[in-house]
Amino acid sequence: MSNTDFVLAIEDLTVSFDGFKAVDALTLYVDKNELRVVIGPNGAGKTTVLDLICGKTKSTSGSIKFKNTELTKLSEHEIVRAGVGRKFQTPSIYENLSVYQNLEVSYPKGRGVWGSLFFKSTQEVKDSVHNIAKEIMLEEHLQMEAALLSHGQKQWLEIGMLLMQDPELLMLDEPVAGMSAKERDQTADLLNRICKNRSVVVIEHDMEFVKKIAHKVTVLHQGKILAEGTMDKVQKDEKVIEVYLGH
Amino acid sequence: MKLLTNKLFGGKQGLINLAILAGIIFIVLPLGLDLFRLGLIGKYLTYAFVAVSLVMLWGYGGILSLGQGIFFGLGGYCMAMFLKLEASDPISTKIQTTPGIPDFMDWNQITSLPLMWQPFQSLTLTILAVVLVPTVFAYIIGFAMFKRRVGGVYFAIITQAIALILTILIVGQQGYTGGVNGITDLKTMLGWDIRSDSAKYILYYVNGLLLIGTILVGRYIISSKFGMLLLAMRDKEERVRFSGYDVSNFKIFIFCFAALISAIGGAMFTLQVGFMSPSFIGIVPSIEMVIFAAVGGRMSLIGAIYGALLVNLGRTMFSETYPELWLFLMGGLFIAVVMFFPNGLAGLYVKYAKKGKFNALMQKIFPSKASFEQGAEEVSTKTTGAKA
Repeated sequence: MSNTDFVLAIEDLTVSFDGFKAVDALTLYVDKNELRVVIGPNGAGKTTVLDLICGKTKSTSGSIKFKNTELTKLSEHEIVRAGVGRKFQTPSIYENLSVYQNLEVSYPKGRGVWGSLFFKSTQEVKDSVHNIAKEIMLEEHLQMEAALLSHGQKQWLEIGMLLMQDPELLMLDEPVAGMSAKERDQTADLLNRICKNRSVVVIEHDMEFVKKIAHKVTVLHQGKILAEGTMDKVQKDEKVIEVYLGH
Repeated sequence: MKLLTNKLFGGKQGLINLAILAGIIFIVLPLGLDLFRLGLIGKYLTYAFVAVSLVMLWGYGGILSLGQGIFFGLGGYCMAMFLKLEASDPISTKIQTTPGIPDFMDWNQITSLPLMWQPFQSLTLTILAVVLVPTVFAYIIGFAMFKRRVGGVYFAIITQAIALILTILIVGQQGYTGGVNGITDLKTMLGWDIRSDSAKYILYYVNGLLLIGTILVGRYIISSKFGMLLLAMRDKEERVRFSGYDVSNFKIFIFCFAALISAIGGAMFTLQVGFMSPSFIGIVPSIEMVIFAAVGGRMSLIGAIYGALLVNLGRTMFSETYPELWLFLMGGLFIAVVMFFPNGLAGLYVKYAKKGKFNALMQKIFPSKASFEQGAEEVSTKTTGAKA
């Protein structure tokens, strides 16, 4: 496969679990500074695609290139260090640590054993934590134990932990699941702000929310791409209406 | 500099707790007990090293090792081998077929010192071995397990199996290891009689100092970013991995560190008690050591030391009167601790002894940003204690 200008170039990606092809010869390109939303019915393979990109699941065949670096051969932490951040479907934060510590521990310095033993919390780290906390609307809760945050705030905190690493590609799995209407709006604003200097891939079910944020939408069905394009175009697509939106 | 002392002493409260412990170990016990009883305390304090190692490994890292006896034993055996060689000089062993080798080798028709024993003729090499052998062994186990992402119950069972294998190996290779009797009749270290009264006092104090030193190093690790990562890994390992950390390396490190501390305890045990045997390596002693940590409080380094002391005192008292009942009592104690006060003595201390002061303390800690800098150990014991 040749080099491209895309941040993320997935070609012919297949993964099969005991013969069942969860992702089937998928080809997908994501541009610089693009916010892509992946939608599709349950079991379409959306989360599996994210798992494949971040290395949680190993592909059966095909290629995933991030800025022309092949990711399929890297281990999880190497993929993260290359600049890919991933948020899980259920909020994955460190409940025993404070919000501040959650963010600080995600700072991309002192990532080795010795580095972490002699890591110093410099002014730069502190500033970074405060800036991100402001961005994710948790500046007033920095000293709070993360377990005490509301569900929506936990989702934001996890996004903040990813932002600490300043990834060039950010992948979010259902970031507004379980959020109130107001929190959804705030999250949409947040995503629109943070996609300025990076590419973002979002998996989402909530169509109202998708409309607010998506530059482009990809519809997955049975591990394959059913349609791709702007929200308007996808919504008018016959096949999409039949398998997904019409229901 | 202020930050460093904060990290080592855990702020004011941490310093007070440490001073109380040091006072008990260095002043109260030596003044209050006769040499025989103090010797017992000294022995218990060598187990405390293992309990402290388990606080770091299990309490903070969430990695339950049911085989810490392996490392306690390896450290102890390394020291015992040196002392045994010194005790087996040609003059005192002249009645043997081959004078100059340990007596059990002679009984097993071994006629020259095995290669494995050669390094232990030198004290320097012995001390190196005490430190390195268990650490390297832990590295090998850790590398094999954690790189394959073996964890939880599986890891615990494997450590048990290794403890058992090592015991069987030592018992079976009598000519090289002294077999089930272990290595006994240890007398002097570089000509210094370790059985004399003054030596017993000196070894007791050396042991105490090493233990306090271990606490300080442990506190440094816990309050560093490494310590935060340990808690983070215990909570959400995947999140740590997908934040760009190679989780297995952190687990290997803490496992090696725990092995190192345990080995120091083992070496001090040999010096103070005067022998080493496979009965300190196997499954039962390894599990007992977990109970010490659990009773003391698995999130408290200092609590682990009290745990080791109290459980062993209890054992000594009860097994003098009801030897058969002790194991049941210990099992019951473990269940009771896990079910009713999961944070052990340290948790109870926080919950009851300091109830009045508690809220004021939280106030003092939390508005200031430096919550983790001033002794993460104390803070997290409190926060978890409050939930319990």
